[in-house]
Amino acid sequence: MNGKQSGNRFVMPAVLLLSLVTIYPMLSVLYLSLHRRLLIFDITKFVWLDNYQFLLSDPRFWNAFRNTVYFTAATVSLELVLGLALALLLNRSFRFKGAVTAVVLVPWAIPTVVSARMWEWMYSTDFGILNHLLGAKINWLGSPFWALNAAVLMDVWKTTPFVVILLLAGLKVIPSDLYQAARIDGAGAWSIFRRITLPLLVPVILVVLIFRTLDAFRVFDSVYVLTGGGPANTTETLSIYAYKVLFQTLQFGYGSTLSVVVFLCVGAMSVLYIRFLRAEVKS
Amino acid sequence: MRRVWFTLTVLVVAFWCLGPFLWQAITSLKPDAELTRLPPILPASPTLEHYRAVFTGTPFLTIIANSAVVASCSTALSISIGALAAFGLAKLSIRSKGAIMIFILSASMFPPIATVSPLYLIIRALGLRDTWWALIMTYTTFTLPLSVWILTNFFREIPDEIYLASRVDGCSPLQSFIRIMLPLAAPGIATAAILVFIFAWNEFLFALTFTATPASRTIPVAIALFPGLHEMPWGDIAAASVVVTVPLVVLVLVFQRRIIEGLTAGAVKG
Repeated sequence: MNGKQSGNRFVMPAVLLLSLVTIYPMLSVLYLSLHRRLLIFDITKFVWLDNYQFLLSDPRFWNAFRNTVYFTAATVSLELVLGLALALLLNRSFRFKGAVTAVVLVPWAIPTVVSARMWEWMYSTDFGILNHLLGAKINWLGSPFWALNAAVLMDVWKTTPFVVILLLAGLKVIPSDLYQAARIDGAGAWSIFRRITLPLLVPVILVVLIFRTLDAFRVFDSVYVLTGGGPANTTETLSIYAYKVLFQTLQFGYGSTLSVVVFLCVGAMSVLYIRFLRAEVKS
Repeated sequence: MRRVWFTLTVLVVAFWCLGPFLWQAITSLKPDAELTRLPPILPASPTLEHYRAVFTGTPFLTIIANSAVVASCSTALSISIGALAAFGLAKLSIRSKGAIMIFILSASMFPPIATVSPLYLIIRALGLRDTWWALIMTYTTFTLPLSVWILTNFFREIPDEIYLASRVDGCSPLQSFIRIMLPLAAPGIATAAILVFIFAWNEFLFALTFTATPASRTIPVAIALFPGLHEMPWGDIAAASVVVTVPLVVLVLVFQRRIIEGLTAGAVKG
């Protein structure tokens, strides 16, 4: 296209600011992760890869890693299945559709910290509504078995709306004459879903997977407020562990090492996903 | 029969989505003695005691003001800087445009925990700890990918002819941006602004790290660190939760279409 002026000046402020919060901190975290840095004593000492070596044999790191992977796998798969079901349900015209869609969005808009507090209260062993409705006495947040699953359930409640909204948008662009043609050919609901809806929805599902996996893997606030990582570190995720090392024990060196690991995992996952997406779009 | 099932399912879904919030609202109306008793589920003698406690006992109004100032300033800044960039990306020629778009997109994938400690050190060095500015700067930059992404989509949909015509009429690119393009992109700006505002209103990790006293503390931090001497003041927490959530629920109900548009921008078109 001709008659275009250079737009570098327009983009510059945004790119500079973004570099300030991405490239600079990344380099800085890498640098810190090679040091022993204790903020209270003002000690900074270069220690090569000692922090990384320590990390590999740190059982608390592996515990946090396992928790994070479990949390990510459980929330993302549940949200995808539930989100797909809800999107199919809402993808037809009915009365009050707008109102129902708005209601579905409500959990997404509630501040994460508030929703963690709400669920903490519902999970209360003695006075919680959940145990009352179930007629049980489950120690949701105090037992190593339930606590992480309780966090998963909370996240599913909070984040499924986001999945629903994306999938609904994907369903909308599927041409309706495809469905009509299939119905004329005598296809049943299940085979229409298998043969038409699902394959055409794959790109959107991949996008949902990218967003949700990356988000779930770096989970911090909801679990931190719900359980603080307890009981006995059974809900401690990588971000929570890194945060505690950084800001509770003020070990900026090892804390940065943990941050680098989170960063590497997230980076590797995004590269992998984007490859998939490209291949899918091409085929 | 099918319609009955459908309606029932929709009701269950609505109940699942609203239930926790309703329970919080019910809790906020119960006097302390009733909090430790179930049944009854509904308050036997409803009271506004907890709302009074929240507004008088804690510097709650200051904290709400902090959140409002931080979220509005971040939104204004993020949208201004983001709109400039989006206009450049959509309508002007830029060297290595693809690389810039990928950089902006990957910036949004950065795990906050990997950036919080260096940013904390910068903010400490600048003497900005426990100020609004620390949060405004952080939120403005972290929401830039979102605003650039949404607004680029909107600017692209404005025909090139309109921009070129304004240039022929003697506008500089900046004048054309301010007088012609911005007003045309108003719906996109509203969409991006709502999402940025919600992000800034709800953010927790940076707020927890960069603030130290109620002077700059925002709502999520205040609710996470709710003062409790021996037992959690669940009634007060519930009241505070309701107060800070109602504006968001209203926002969602009013701007539902815009929010959906913003969330799906780019995700579906590819």
